[in-house]
Amino acid sequence: VHLTGEEKAAVTGLWAKVNVEEIGGEALGRLLVVYPWTQRFFDSFEDLSSASAIMGNPNVKVHGAKVLPSLSEGLNHLDNLMGTFAKLSELHCDKLHVDPENFRLLGNMIVIALAHHHGAEFTPPVQAAFQKVVAGVANALAHKYH
Amino acid sequence: MSLTKTERAIITSIWDKMSVQADAIGTETLERLFSSYLQTKTYFPHFNLHPGSPQLHAHGSKVVAALGDAVKNIDNMQVALTKLSDLHAYVLHVDPVNFKFLSHCLLVTLATHFPADFTADVHAAWDKFMSIVSSILTKKYR
Repeated sequence: VHLTGEEKAAVTGLWAKVNVEEIGGEALGRLLVVYPWTQRFFDSFEDLSSASAIMGNPNVKVHGAKVLPSLSEGLNHLDNLMGTFAKLSELHCDKLHVDPENFRLLGNMIVIALAHHHGAEFTPPVQAAFQKVVAGVANALAHKYH
Repeated sequence: MSLTKTERAIITSIWDKMSVQADAIGTETLERLFSSYLQTKTYFPHFNLHPGSPQLHAHGSKVVAALGDAVKNIDNMQVALTKLSDLHAYVLHVDPVNFKFLSHCLLVTLATHFPADFTADVHAAWDKFMSIVSSILTKKYR
C-alpha cells in the first residue's frame, strides 16, 4: 500500500499514542455487536448475549489484544504487506475459514475505535491514511486464499 | 430489517444531540468521505470539495437535514424519503456501494464528537438505521 510521507507520519504519530490492546478489544467487541453474524467464529467465547456482555467479555478483550499487534507489525512493513501477512493469510483460509469480507469489517471497526478514543485528533486526513492501511492489511490477509 | 423500539429510542436520543451541531457534522462527514474514498468525488465535479468550501458546507447540511427528516419519521421512513429515493434512482444514479462509505464516515464523525454516547449499542443502532435509509434510497434503482 502506498502512503505519502505525510500519511505515514500521521499514522505513526497517532499509533504511538494508541493503547493497542484496548483498541483491539474495543474493535473486536464492536464487530460482534454491530455485525452479530460475525459471532459465528467465536462459539467458545460464551456470553455474547448483549452489547454490554460482549464489550465486557474477557475472551473478547484477550482476543482483540492479540489481533492488533499484528496491525502494528503491518505498520512497520507498509511496503511489503503481502509478505508480512502471508502466514496469517494461510491460517485464516486453511484453518480458520474466515470470509475476507470480515477483514474489511474489522478494519472499519478499528477505524471507529480509533476515532472514538482520539476524537478531534482523528482528523479526515488521519482517517484517510488509516483507511489505506486497513484496506491494505485486509487485502494482504486475503492474498493467500485459494 | 426493521428497527426495534429500543433502537428507535437510541436513534432519536442521539439525533437530539446531533441536531445542535447538524451542519458541522454533515460537513465533516463529507470531508471524511471525500478524503478516504476518493472515487466519491466523481459525483461532484461541479463542486469545490476543499475543506472550508461553502458548497461542501451547504451539501453537508442538506444531507444531515434529510437524515433528521428520516429520524422524525422513523416509523414511516419509506414515505418520508420517497422524493429522495426518486432523486437517487432517476437522477443521481449514485452507485449503491457509496452509501456504505457515507454511513461509515457519519459513524466515524459521531464517534469523534460524542465519545461518551457512542457506545457499541448506539453504534449498532445507527449503523442499522443508515443501512435502512440506504436501502430505501436505492429501492427504485431497477
